[in-house]
Amino acid sequence: MSAGDAVRDVDRSPVPNADVCVVGAGPAGALVADRLASDYEVAVLDAGPRFDPVDRLARQERSIRPSYDRPDVWDVGGERDAHANSGEWFYPLNHARVKGVGGSTLHWQGMVMRLHEDDFASGTERGVGPDWPIDYADLRPYYAEAERELGVAGASDNPYAPPREEPHPMPAFEPSYSDSLFAEACEELGIDMHSVPNARNSEPYDGRSACVGYGTCQPVCPAGAKYDATVHVERAEGKGAAVIDRAPVQRLEHDADRVTAAVYATPDGTEHRQTADAFVVACGGVETPRLLLLSESDAYPDGLANSSGTVGKFFMDHLFAGVGGTLDEPTRQNHVGFYTSACDQFYDEADEEVGPFKLEFFNYAGPSPVEEALTGDDWGDELLDRLRDGYGTHVAMGGLVEQLPRSDSYVTLDDERTDDRGNPVPEVHWNVGDRALRTIERANEIQREVLEELGADIEWVAGPDATGPAYHHMGTTRMSADPAAGVVDADCRTHDLDNCWIASSSVFPTGGAMNPTLTIAALALRVADDVERRL
Amino acid sequence: MELTRRDAAAALAAVGATGGVALTARRAGDDPDNAGGAADGEGGGDVPPNEESVRTSMAAVAAVIYPSEVDGVEAFVDRFLDGRLDGSTHADGLRSAVDELDDAARSWHGSPVADLPESDRDRFLREIGADTAEEDPDGTLAERVRYYVVNELLLALYASPTGGELVGLENPQGHPGGAESYQRGPR
Repeated sequence: MSAGDAVRDVDRSPVPNADVCVVGAGPAGALVADRLASDYEVAVLDAGPRFDPVDRLARQERSIRPSYDRPDVWDVGGERDAHANSGEWFYPLNHARVKGVGGSTLHWQGMVMRLHEDDFASGTERGVGPDWPIDYADLRPYYAEAERELGVAGASDNPYAPPREEPHPMPAFEPSYSDSLFAEACEELGIDMHSVPNARNSEPYDGRSACVGYGTCQPVCPAGAKYDATVHVERAEGKGAAVIDRAPVQRLEHDADRVTAAVYATPDGTEHRQTADAFVVACGGVETPRLLLLSESDAYPDGLANSSGTVGKFFMDHLFAGVGGTLDEPTRQNHVGFYTSACDQFYDEADEEVGPFKLEFFNYAGPSPVEEALTGDDWGDELLDRLRDGYGTHVAMGGLVEQLPRSDSYVTLDDERTDDRGNPVPEVHWNVGDRALRTIERANEIQREVLEELGADIEWVAGPDATGPAYHHMGTTRMSADPAAGVVDADCRTHDLDNCWIASSSVFPTGGAMNPTLTIAALALRVADDVERRL
Repeated sequence: MELTRRDAAAALAAVGATGGVALTARRAGDDPDNAGGAADGEGGGDVPPNEESVRTSMAAVAAVIYPSEVDGVEAFVDRFLDGRLDGSTHADGLRSAVDELDDAARSWHGSPVADLPESDRDRFLREIGADTAEEDPDGTLAERVRYYVVNELLLALYASPTGGELVGLENPQGHPGGAESYQRGPR
């Protein structure tokens, strides 16, 4: 069936007598829907399409061919996804998201660490930023559940990880050959390496294949070995949930203390109203505040659920720090698209001046020969010589760094430009602050030390002047026990509206330096429990 | 180094072939109502009249752009095209690009690409600009030849195990070569 047929045949009318309406079919929305669908009528609305799994090889080809940019792989872009930038720091929003069933897990790399205990108490333990109104112990059982739901391959060899109660669902991926080179250098320097949790099957799990090594994890896994949220969307549908794609929610209708309907558009141009007893907004760190701001009313003139004035404020991402170079020996890179060893040794040294950061040992340093082969003006023996010269001896370390929530980093509406439905587009005003830049320098210092110990010729440094975002949108509807200081309470329920929850990294008061999706999943499972308690 | 049936199958596994699945030439955002479909398996059925000449011309180009140390090029290209010349819009684009390439070869050199001596074939591909063009399925002839002919063939080779091994990487990106080779040291 072609996509055009799908547009014509699919019933996109509202679900009668829905108990729960979930907005967004990414990992948070999918997990909430799956958890509630057995006992409740659940409707899920997503702005983007339902992608056909049979197209994944074609999407992989897009990811390799030079004529396609990253957003093209999952059809991001155009008027639907128009956006604006106004900060000092450019934010490439359409490289950082996928709209559609599965959400951004369709293109993520699949790294799933738990936040550290101190991440929940940055103000108290590090002297900067707010504390979360929940602590690690509150989330700990949900982390374990999330690891089972996503399917995480990991090991308990990380002495710096927060306490856990049970092994990971699957064994960790074995270290790479290049990890063994790094290990010698790190041992000399007294730097500890350990495994890293992957939401990628190291063995068959949950009816999905083990990793077969396509090497294109980010942005597409044709094997389905990398978790994506279509897993839980399909499971929720199996339990009776209705998932409506290409149904961008235009606004949330409401009275003073309850959301009454999600008004959504459909491809044929009509608008529908999905009513429900409970609403869970799960649209990520940019579209979640945008939807609340688009839902302004006389009761909420500054945007829905925005009595605190913090909707859209405190936009955060993780920043990349890295160093790379070449050795005078083979390093065996680019067989797989994920990394297998990391170092969290320095994470909890964070204080007011330097934030938490984690270090990664890459398995994909340097150029991919097949991608290189498609560029350049040579072919035949000359091309092969170039590929051989370019491949084989690269090494690199990466890392993620925390940025603090800042009042000058935010998401708002750009009233000068509208999307394909006539709604103001999101405007990202991103700023990261000096502490994040100092933290990048500190990460670079260690990365340089390791590469120098390895004997590498250092060829590039992603330092404060060459950093970029990790595409982890956080902070824009922050969680706070104080209704004047945040959008949602400790249960991720909005302070203003009794029947509206937010399941997203947008509720993170601080970001830590760990990839956020496992925490998003844990919070989503916790939201589902709270919704169920109150229904 | 011999290109094998397994290499052709692996190349197809990397880029998609069976069941009419192939990348369309459509760029994202061209048609918002059709945004969910990268594949297009509609149409087709009969073998187009130029099928053989397309295969012959593609193999002739491969003989020029593949490194001299690979053997079995013609059979490899033929098997690869078994999967690629399906009913998709990509296959249509490929056929059109090869047709136009052959027309240009006839016009400039008096015979289709496959009948040109190898050195003239190389020169002709450069004359039309396929060496310096950036691939574009909707672009100029040079850009389309780069996309549907030159890069199509280079992608097939270097996403295959033999093509990867030429460079020292037996599990190249796009090839599902398992999750073990990354653990092994150099041989």
